[in-house]
Amino acid sequence: MRVFTAVIAIAAGVIVLGGYFFPALTPVQTLLLNWAIILTGFAALVGIFNLIAVHTDKVRRAEKGSLYSALLVIALVATLIFGLILRPQHSFMQVALNGIILPVEAALMGLLSVSLLYAAIRLLRRRMDIMSVVFIITAVIIFLGSATLPFGDVPVIGTLIRPWVSQIWALGGARGLLIGVALGMLTTGLRVLFGADRPYGGN
Amino acid sequence: MILALAILVCIAFLLLVITLWKKRSPARLRDIPAYTRLIRTLGLSIEDGTRLHITLGHGSLLDARGSSALAGLAMLRIIAERTSASDMPSVASAGDPPLGLLTQDTLQAGYQAAGVEELYVPTTGRVTGLTPFSYAAGAMNISKNENVSANIMIGHFGPEAALIADASDREHVTLIGASDNLAGQSVLFASADDALIGEELFGAGAYLGAGASHTASLTVQDILRWLVVLALLGGTAAKFLGVF
Repeated sequence: MRVFTAVIAIAAGVIVLGGYFFPALTPVQTLLLNWAIILTGFAALVGIFNLIAVHTDKVRRAEKGSLYSALLVIALVATLIFGLILRPQHSFMQVALNGIILPVEAALMGLLSVSLLYAAIRLLRRRMDIMSVVFIITAVIIFLGSATLPFGDVPVIGTLIRPWVSQIWALGGARGLLIGVALGMLTTGLRVLFGADRPYGGN
Repeated sequence: MILALAILVCIAFLLLVITLWKKRSPARLRDIPAYTRLIRTLGLSIEDGTRLHITLGHGSLLDARGSSALAGLAMLRIIAERTSASDMPSVASAGDPPLGLLTQDTLQAGYQAAGVEELYVPTTGRVTGLTPFSYAAGAMNISKNENVSANIMIGHFGPEAALIADASDREHVTLIGASDNLAGQSVLFASADDALIGEELFGAGAYLGAGASHTASLTVQDILRWLVVLALLGGTAAKFLGVF
């Protein structure tokens, strides 16, 4: 079975990759990608069932935080049932989306800004080294340079130092990191293509 | 297009040859503090009966972001094998449903390799949410309520990584983080106990002893990096001299 799954995965990978280089393979490539998209949609359903199973199990065992798990399952099932009966365009579902889901995500985003500020404050307490100091100084320069005064940019920092730091040093460093990440992605992809890494059934 | 194909074939050939070579000679890897801490944390969690939480981000496997998740799965496979017999087995989470399925498959493979497949619990591999923030909220819940001693974040994370990092800090849980996303990397640099920057993320398998193909990948990356450096310098010199 493992050999069979490996053969399917490697063949699919080679055909999809080959489709970018050989036009004759493009129709098969498109077909395989469409199958992958359909399977991904189905996997979303499986993922939701997994979420329900995990939290139902927590409620059944009365584990720590099981009240929140119960709330999650009830809210999930209720939204699913109402969504199926009323359809997503119904005003009630729009209220649920605009009045509950979006504000909760927005609140998390607001919390994020506080978390990031707190993380920056903690950084020097956790790791007092030269790179941490550079990180903090760079962040302060970018913040000061981005802030505007009633008469315009902060002199020197906003007009000279911030563009120099962000467009030369930071951009150069970011490109270096991204090239490194791209090389890592390439070799990881090739390992999966060779079947050396098999996340779909172990090796 | 032919040039791209030729380069790809050359890299694939190089990877194969170096993998065969690495099978014979042991790898020598530079010290990366995050991996040193990870290996130490792995041992400590088994000794003190706590869990490791490995979270693989919300990168879709249908695009380039999936590669970092694949690197995370390689690491998960090793961790699952080593902690499978522990009283508190590791928990893995993901924010993408197909990745969640692979997480379960990988955990099971780790248990199989350790010879204790009967101990595998399917709910230890989880999908915690389908959007970045709902995923982060679910992952925060695991570190708070499930006796976790270390959170290992490896995959595609954006700024929402700060929420998981904050939850780890509140619960005094060790956090080791890596992301292929620049915003995620900067957040993890500021908030994790140890962060992996750039391509260090893809070294997880090699540092945990996943096999010759992983150490060969690092060597190939080094070779390619030098070629890119030479190409950049050559291109800059050519531009400076007015060649093009």
